[in-house]
Amino acid sequence: MSANDTKPLRCATAGSVDDGKSTLIGRLLFDSKSLMTDQIAHVDEASKRRGLGRTDLALLTDGLRAEREQGITIDVAWRYFATPKRRFVLADAPGHVQYTCNTVTACSTAEVAIVLIDARKSMTEQTRRHLFVARLLGVKSLVLAINKMDAVDHSHEVFVRVRDDVTAYLSALPKNLRPVDVSFVPVAALTGDNVVEPTRAMPWYDGPPLLQHLESLPNDEQLDAGARFPVQWVIRPQSDDHPDYRGYAGRLASGTLSVGQQVRVAPKGRETTITKIETARGDVAELTAGVSATVHLKDDIDVSRGDMIVALDDGPRITREIEASITWLHETPARVGGTYWLRHTTREVKATLESVDATFDVLTGAEIPFTGTLGLNDLGRVRLKTSAPLCVDAYRDRRATGALVLVDASTGETVAGAMVLPE
Amino acid sequence: MSRLPGHLASLEDEAIFVLRETVASRERPVLLFSAGKDSILTFHLARKAFAPARLPIAVMHVDTGHNFPEVIAFRDAYLKAADVPLLVASVEESIRKGRVADVTGPRASRNALQSVTLLDAIRDHKFDVAFGGGRRDEDRARAKERIVSVRDDLGQWDPKSQRPELWDVFNMRLRGGEHLRVFPISNFTELDVWEYIHAEKIDVPSIYYAHTREVIERDGMLLANGPHLTHLAGERPIITRVRFRTVGDATCTGAVRSDATTIEGILEETISATVTERGATRADDKFSEAAMEDRKREGYF
Ligand SMILES: Nc1nc2c(ncn2[C@@H]2O[C@H](COP(=O)(O)OP(=O)(O)O)[C@@H](O)[C@H]2O)c(=O)[nH]1
Repeated sequence: MSANDTKPLRCATAGSVDDGKSTLIGRLLFDSKSLMTDQIAHVDEASKRRGLGRTDLALLTDGLRAEREQGITIDVAWRYFATPKRRFVLADAPGHVQYTCNTVTACSTAEVAIVLIDARKSMTEQTRRHLFVARLLGVKSLVLAINKMDAVDHSHEVFVRVRDDVTAYLSALPKNLRPVDVSFVPVAALTGDNVVEPTRAMPWYDGPPLLQHLESLPNDEQLDAGARFPVQWVIRPQSDDHPDYRGYAGRLASGTLSVGQQVRVAPKGRETTITKIETARGDVAELTAGVSATVHLKDDIDVSRGDMIVALDDGPRITREIEASITWLHETPARVGGTYWLRHTTREVKATLESVDATFDVLTGAEIPFTGTLGLNDLGRVRLKTSAPLCVDAYRDRRATGALVLVDASTGETVAGAMVLPE
Repeated sequence: MSRLPGHLASLEDEAIFVLRETVASRERPVLLFSAGKDSILTFHLARKAFAPARLPIAVMHVDTGHNFPEVIAFRDAYLKAADVPLLVASVEESIRKGRVADVTGPRASRNALQSVTLLDAIRDHKFDVAFGGGRRDEDRARAKERIVSVRDDLGQWDPKSQRPELWDVFNMRLRGGEHLRVFPISNFTELDVWEYIHAEKIDVPSIYYAHTREVIERDGMLLANGPHLTHLAGERPIITRVRFRTVGDATCTGAVRSDATTIEGILEETISATVTERGATRADDKFSEAAMEDRKREGYF
């Protein structure tokens, strides 16, 4: 298979400040030859200006001025690179605790989280936070890059110690957050050992270098589930050429949808049949998840934006009461009893924050009883009540229909992301 | 059914999703159209997103007055063929009205002046969303751009106060005076754009293909010689074969030496390119390391 046939692998990167994340990404881009000469020249120049003896690959990924001034990264940066085998989308999230929001953003669409650890320090509070957030946001594969192995004499013992620390932490997480797929790769980003090229410095390691390992990871896809097609827009040209055309535009969130299939229009519940499926690439008999389409229905029923065309069996839960994990992303803390705008797929409704039932202690992964504030960067479990029914799934089963965004009704700011819990 | 490679199909689906979400959530969208390849691509995807209905989005060119005549001719013919009317917001008009002062001298570029013209037009037409063809692979400041980005009433972009963008659930709410900039092709790379243009057989202006042109070599870049370009001491025009990788203000868009007369040729050159699109072709970005970010703060695209 070549890079053109496969979907890109969506990776989030996270690491504590100074663990070497920028250097590692610089390495990945540099050694996989994804950089252009002007980018390299720019970094050479910037390194010299700062009086550095060698080219600092970390400067490659340092975008905004404020970041350059402080010498740290403060926002998620998106990068694209490809090897002959695979395409990658990297969401690079900065490390500080005050930027948990960025880790959340990066992890929300990621299939893999690459978490950096400084071998000399082993796990920090930040590492725990990153691992916890990655799992809370449903990232399936965790790749622990144990960096700066050169600074610990490439010691197998140190590597094993870090690996055991991480494993102990992960296995103490609540059952639903325990990862399915965890791997450990010892690297030295500075020298490039085991990032793209294998190394002789760690003969005890018999796995592939980081990039080769990433090339081999599966995409997070789920095909054999009932369809969820949130309607975005009703296309009605009402023109001479298309007097009676009425199509429902949207993107299939999960499952498959085929012509002739009996479906339900949720939440109201009318049943009908799919008569035609158009995509940007022509008509299809079967629609797969992720594809944008315009769907036609047999019966002339009332369907509008926010409705969801779903499979007859294996349908979503239709409810106004939702229990969800939550990540609070705004300086203004959560107001219990307060009303927010809630955005779920293509539907926007009012929602009341009924209660905060617990918060999470990221150090241990345990739930602790709510003590009064759910503020910026806090993680917790809440109950919400919506003004109109939603068609939801448990986030751990289906991300797209389990994801909620809360918006402050007066300022319009995004205040939280929430993940629907199973019933 | 046409066979688009998998990665281009996903990018196409994502862009269409973003276009539909935006149009469904806001009232008065406009698409910024310069007849450059990225805006042509955005326009092409917008038409697909709402076909067979008419495009529910206005189309506007922010015209610096320093144009390549071929591009303006292309712009008009292309939109005429698509039967879509064009609004023009003119920087010259802003200068005449005293909204901005023109810049002069050899390194003068009207790129920075565009911001005022654009914001005036957004206000006059009461647009609440402007679609742009920005891509995250263009440079390091853009790499951090949201797909949906909020601008305040001065059109400013504050990198510190951008809303977190989780999943593909976009917060499209606005307060008075604010508007959104939305970038449906954020996740395309330069190579993806050319591959898509190739696969979809999309027309682009002739200046993207190799042609013979009189140019001035300056700061390692080839600038088109023309009435708007003021020469520095000692600069002598040379005639050579070039093409453009981006289309912008004629005074600061650089050409690259090229023999690519077909899209296949451009693809080959893009794959083996060793310099980024922006590095090769944007004179005004070279002034300061943070040039792009400064312009974004001021409301430039
Ligand atoms: N010894 C050693 N130092 C490293 C390695 N990787 C990064 N560093 C250094 O660690 C420091 C922080 O690296 P940087 O990439 O900026 O960290 P970030 O804050 O995680 O992005 C810099 O001085 C790097 O040169 C490594 O593999 N070995």
